Amino acid sequence: MIEYSLEEKTYTLNLGPQHPSTHGVLRVLLEMEGEFITKAEPVIGYGHRGHEHMAENRNYLQFLPNTARVDYLHALAYNQGYCMAVEKLIGLVVPERGEFIRVITAELNRISSHLLWLGAYLLDLGAFTPILYCFDDRENLLDLLDRITGSRLTYCFFRPGGVPQDLDDEFITGTRAFVKRLRTRFKDYDNLVTKNVIFINRTKDVGVITQEQCVKYGLTGPMVRGSGIPYDIRKSEPYSAYPQFDFVIPIGDKGDILDRYVVRVREMEQSLRIIEQALDKLPNGPIMAEKVPKRLKPAEGEVYQAVETARGEFGCYIVSQGDIKPYRIKLRVPSFGNLSILPELAVDTLVADLVAILGSIDVVVPEIDR
Amino acid sequence: MINYFKEIAVGFYSLLAGMAVTIRYFVKPIVTVQYPRQQLTMSPRYRGYPQFIIDPETNTHRCIACEMCARICPSQLIQVEGTKFPGEKQKRATKYLHEHYYCSLCGLCTEVCPTEALEYSKEYRLAGFHREDFVIDHLALLQKRQQAAALPVTPIPTEAEIAAAAAAEAAAKEAREKEAAAKAKAAKTAEATKEGKSKEAPEEAKSKETPPEEVKE
Amino acid sequence: MELLAQFLGSAGARMLVGLIAVIALVSVNALFLIWMERKVAAHMQLRPGPMEVGPHGAIQTVADALKLMGKELITPDEVDKPIFWLAPIVVFLPVLLSFLVVPFSQSWIIRDMNVGIILILAFSTLAVLAILMAGWASNNKYAVFGAIRSVAQNIAYEIPLLITVMSIILMVGSFKLSDIVAAQSQYWYVLLQPLAFIIYITCATAETNRAPFDLPEAESELVAGFHTEYSGMRFALFFLAEYTNMFIVSAIATVLFLGGWHGPFLPGVIWFLLKVYALIFLMMWFRWTFPRVRFDQLITFAWKILIPLAFANLLITALVLKLR
Repeated sequence: MIEYSLEEKTYTLNLGPQHPSTHGVLRVLLEMEGEFITKAEPVIGYGHRGHEHMAENRNYLQFLPNTARVDYLHALAYNQGYCMAVEKLIGLVVPERGEFIRVITAELNRISSHLLWLGAYLLDLGAFTPILYCFDDRENLLDLLDRITGSRLTYCFFRPGGVPQDLDDEFITGTRAFVKRLRTRFKDYDNLVTKNVIFINRTKDVGVITQEQCVKYGLTGPMVRGSGIPYDIRKSEPYSAYPQFDFVIPIGDKGDILDRYVVRVREMEQSLRIIEQALDKLPNGPIMAEKVPKRLKPAEGEVYQAVETARGEFGCYIVSQGDIKPYRIKLRVPSFGNLSILPELAVDTLVADLVAILGSIDVVVPEIDR
Repeated sequence: MINYFKEIAVGFYSLLAGMAVTIRYFVKPIVTVQYPRQQLTMSPRYRGYPQFIIDPETNTHRCIACEMCARICPSQLIQVEGTKFPGEKQKRATKYLHEHYYCSLCGLCTEVCPTEALEYSKEYRLAGFHREDFVIDHLALLQKRQQAAALPVTPIPTEAEIAAAAAAEAAAKEAREKEAAAKAKAAKTAEATKEGKSKEAPEEAKSKETPPEEVKE
Repeated sequence: MELLAQFLGSAGARMLVGLIAVIALVSVNALFLIWMERKVAAHMQLRPGPMEVGPHGAIQTVADALKLMGKELITPDEVDKPIFWLAPIVVFLPVLLSFLVVPFSQSWIIRDMNVGIILILAFSTLAVLAILMAGWASNNKYAVFGAIRSVAQNIAYEIPLLITVMSIILMVGSFKLSDIVAAQSQYWYVLLQPLAFIIYITCATAETNRAPFDLPEAESELVAGFHTEYSGMRFALFFLAEYTNMFIVSAIATVLFLGGWHGPFLPGVIWFLLKVYALIFLMMWFRWTFPRVRFDQLITFAWKILIPLAFANLLITALVLKLR
């Protein structure tokens, strides 16, 4: 807790809930000595919407739109985690084509989430153009996803048992064209951002996270991979169709902001590889499991399913008592753990550095509060 | 010393590379759409608001008021009412209200409908001044769309017509029940006279025993 | 009648006409520059920019100015009133005065002083005073932060500016701006002193508080800078002063490095204006490409990189001139 002192040495500053640099309604209480921060304390809870309470009052199919709104930037992965948990409980097996469609759309969504992070992060640092280039790429991508899912941001596309609607040829040709286009755009991003001396000076050796800190705070996602630990749930506990694809996990070595930035850009490139391979190997066949019951009534039991989202590990823990409504659903969100390292990283930094560090953690505050 | 100059040179070159990217984009054509002077067409699966599909054969809706959509909607936004009109095989919707202001566009109502009566419109220019502007009366909307497409307009049943249909249905049901009861009685008496009184007693005893077992379980 | 003729031929009349012309130029320039900045930014970001008001948004700035004029001039409670009211005026004065000696063409100088360049450099330092007045009088600790940062930045970047200007003065041998322009009739000095040109442009961008050195006005950090508490027309005056400052430093760069009004076919004034606006486009190009430099890195950059390089340039210039 921050104690309010009567001596004139330190003063309290409020990086309030309404602020352009905190991605959502996050409040950070700062205790500052001159220009340097001595203590930082994030205050959350401004966006609590009661998703887990809603889960107790809706049946399994009705809860699906809620999962997309927990983290709206990578909504399809959250859909996937939840659907896989329900499938585990009921005992459904998703057919091949359904799994491939899930992987393709989830990876496209991951790219869109990372593109938005890149643009917004550079906006925090003061560069006003990369965000518009990222959004231009994202428009292309969102149009593609709009063709099959019908939505642009909060998708409710997966169902327990598979996918309700199939891809069409225009989507496949459009995706291939998009993959080509994004690869040329990465060169532009390299020249404009990654190699820029001003950007490198602001992100090198700032906000260093050691490997012990990763384990201590329970971080997941690009935070961990930036510090050198090659932990990715798609490789360590493979699910869905990921074992069939050949991709690498990019890792950094020092754990500063520049490493995390490079890890995310390389992840985008790996996602493009996965999408290409999936489109090449796409099998024909059904997209929904065979006997999906009209009323999903799983047996009594508990299940935990983790998936790798753009921010880290999303876990869906369902307790069922044999009813059509779940007894309890707990959503383990990555941003909650990732944000917990902020007080330790923020000591003895300038406010400009704090903004840079907060951006590199890639927090989506609505998912912290759910 | 050499490092110092090398750093400056590399840094300076990176700045020039960044500027080259920006000036290339400066001369590219713009990618924005000047709405409202230019309009966009939505993709075929775009989710505007749910609406009735106009069946190409009957030129009207296919809703049989089974209320599956009302039950599956996560936000409970659909109100359906319907009766069976005399002369038709199934129920028909007489009132279908959908409160669109809370709709999460999940698509569950369109998927679960047994007659595939619902689809998503491609209308994205949704703006109004009151919340009540977004309570969509689907039968009225269907009439507007039929008029726009120069199709025969489906009349919305009035209260009197609904009451009359309900009454007619009730009367028909009563008549059918009476007929069925009369038939069953006739069948029973025919059986009784055929098989004789000895077989009646064990059948009656069996039918008396089974009810208590069911209650225990 | 004789008095009138005397007056019309005198330097006083020249000053009066010049003053009116300068005020007209400053207003039109600000109007044009704000529109140009928005259009340049927009096209670099693949969008059209203002298109509604007037053809391609040409009179958008007039609409914005009218809006600003209609706003309420809020004076917060415990400010230092005289200083608070004077600050926007003081920030404008040095810029206007610098127009006295700028040679727009061979005969279009209001007053060709023989300490021309020193006058401009002296007056540009007064702008720092105005920023400090604005920040201090606002009675707002964030405004004071922004003002202090801006003062440190301005002072740090003035030194390499002065040194690079000295290298040019060494080559010309006079402080008169018309002499400097006349000495470039054969070839422009940017070819002889490219390093000085680069350093000058960097310092000019920092002097006018433009990105990537716009920390005093940073929007995505906590403070809104030294002009937090100013609203309406006062804020417009700060803005106007910034754009006019851009014009002045680009004009000095043109005079020193790009040959002033020299150029084939077209009259001198047109060439001068073309060169000035080309340099302003360069400064806008910087703003929309680079992220912001952190404050300590900004000061390090000035003291550890720019000043040694500027000194080295000066030494080499002096050596070459001595050996010739």
